[in-house]
Amino acid sequence: MKITVNGETKEITPETTLVSFIRDMDLNPDNVVVECNGKIIKRDEYDSLVLQEGNVLELIRFVGGG
Amino acid sequence: MLKISDRTFRSRLFLGTGKFSSADILRKTIEASGCEMITVALRRVDLNDPADDIMQVLDRNKYLFLPNTSGARDAKEAIRLARLARAAGSGDWLKLEVTPDPRTLLPDPVETLKATEELVKEGFIVLPYINADPILALRLQDAGAAAVMPLGAPIGTNLGLITRFQVEIIIDQARVPVVIDAGLGAPSDASLAMEIGADAVLVNTAISIAGDPVKMAAAFAGAVEAGRAAYEAGLGRKSSEASASSPLAGLDFIKG
Repeated sequence: MKITVNGETKEITPETTLVSFIRDMDLNPDNVVVECNGKIIKRDEYDSLVLQEGNVLELIRFVGGG
Repeated sequence: MLKISDRTFRSRLFLGTGKFSSADILRKTIEASGCEMITVALRRVDLNDPADDIMQVLDRNKYLFLPNTSGARDAKEAIRLARLARAAGSGDWLKLEVTPDPRTLLPDPVETLKATEELVKEGFIVLPYINADPILALRLQDAGAAAVMPLGAPIGTNLGLITRFQVEIIIDQARVPVVIDAGLGAPSDASLAMEIGADAVLVNTAISIAGDPVKMAAAFAGAVEAGRAAYEAGLGRKSSEASASSPLAGLDFIKG
């Protein structure tokens, strides 16, 4: 099934949790903040949230800035 | 010691972390600056370069993170970024930055005030980046801002404290700390800001694009300390007439 991540379409297998998807992207879940369909997902929900067809994710993190 | 909200700071130099050529230089620069607070921005992860992670060199236990809302063009966008920053685990501290005009990056005073009112309600410790406008500084203070951060000059210009006249009024009137943010180009600019009574300065570009950022960070740290000490010591007043430093008496012997 397809989801949109940071503007790109990604193919994932059904029943994929948010935390496993983040790890599959080679990211540390503790350093990434997530919006799913415009709603901020709390860190303690990453493990239980199962991604759905058509979900729109934004994966955001701190970068250098002034 | 500097106190903002419920935190005290020994160092009055805050460091921005943008535009450094490598994570290693950034880490060494932060150490050399002696700063206790660093600003960071929030951006989309580059899915093609997931390893590019600043958190690998920045220690949240050692430095207070001050996430900014850079890139926000209005209050709504700034509030969204603020909530994301909090969700990212940086706590309640926030550098509020609303810059609708990419050419000047000057802050929008109306949207900044609006966002401050909302974010204070949500429990954020808001440090708004503002033009050097004394009336706006008072309005933000009344709205619950923890400090005000007037610019010395537009972001990244290194033009120095060209807003000195207005900044002096802000310092004179403020009940919250005044942090000079943006535009300071040389350690002498930071010294001047501190000499006239600023509580702290926030520097990024002048350090990150210097030939040797680590050395420049140490230079700014020294300048901030010198300027603060001069302010505390009390500068002598200026005069348009000369006043001899050596005694005038006891010169009879050369006067024939």
